[in-house]
Amino acid sequence: MAKIQLNGRKIELNNKYSISKMLKKYKIDSKKIAVELNGKIINRNKYDLIYLKNKDKIEIVHFIGGG
Amino acid sequence: MKKDIFKLSNQILKSRLIVGTGKYKNFKETAEAVKASGASMVTVAVRRVNIVDKKKPLLTDFLNPKNIKYLPNTAGCFNADESLRTLRLAREMGGWKMVKLEVLGDKKTLYPDMIETLKATKVLVKEGFQVLVYCSDDPLLAKELEYLGASAIMPLASPIGSGQGIQNKINLSFIIKNAKVPIIVDAGIGTASDATIAMELGCDGVLVNSAIAKAKKPVLMAESFKNAVISGRQSFLAGRMQKLFYADASSPSRGLI
Repeated sequence: MAKIQLNGRKIELNNKYSISKMLKKYKIDSKKIAVELNGKIINRNKYDLIYLKNKDKIEIVHFIGGG
Repeated sequence: MKKDIFKLSNQILKSRLIVGTGKYKNFKETAEAVKASGASMVTVAVRRVNIVDKKKPLLTDFLNPKNIKYLPNTAGCFNADESLRTLRLAREMGGWKMVKLEVLGDKKTLYPDMIETLKATKVLVKEGFQVLVYCSDDPLLAKELEYLGASAIMPLASPIGSGQGIQNKINLSFIIKNAKVPIIVDAGIGTASDATIAMELGCDGVLVNSAIAKAKKPVLMAESFKNAVISGRQSFLAGRMQKLFYADASSPSRGLI
């Protein structure tokens, strides 16, 4: 069981989750976002390769309206 | 006459009006206003994805970044590090190199923190970003930003979202006359005539959000801004008449009965 922080919310993932799998779980289109894991930006080619582990802090951002 | 081209770094923009996409009632209104404004570039903010409400509409569904240039901003950032983090994420999202840097120093006035702004500009330029910089209307600091490699200087007209119009025409004029990079008035424009005045002063472009989004009829106001910016630019290029102290009759006195 991995306890991670996703966009400031505590969540638990019960089996091995890659970034790609986690994005799918939350129905997030990987083409429209950027991911930061523990303060480091993750290249989108690596979403399949990187697995989330306990105490990871992940931020997923996208564009919204702004001036 | 030479064609009047608006070039930011290596990109040619069709319109000298750049519009913000915040504060609208909904994305449909945003998209309609953007279309009416004729803008070919819009500013956007970087924020957390809402992981709870998955059905929430997305800006990209209404404004396709393939058809309109996105200019990611750093709104809400209060130091250089936060703004660098935001723009690096923006670049990762879709390769955006042209960005709007905005480092705020004070929550009430949203006045830019120029020390942090200069710091962030230096790093961004080094990292290959094309940086459009929101800044105070200080002519010396504007020049400093140019030395650091900013692609455009964006002095405020008055506080962000205040709609108070151009408060310091003289400083703006100093900045314009002294600059070798485009000057875009950003923040504080209240109504279409403010944009015309900015363009008549010789600005290269205008960035408007609240004045359109907060108008009673945003789509109509967007069109009004489109015309105001074109009008102001034409007026600047045409060159205004000299002001005279006394009257000078328009009809000839010869042949007067």
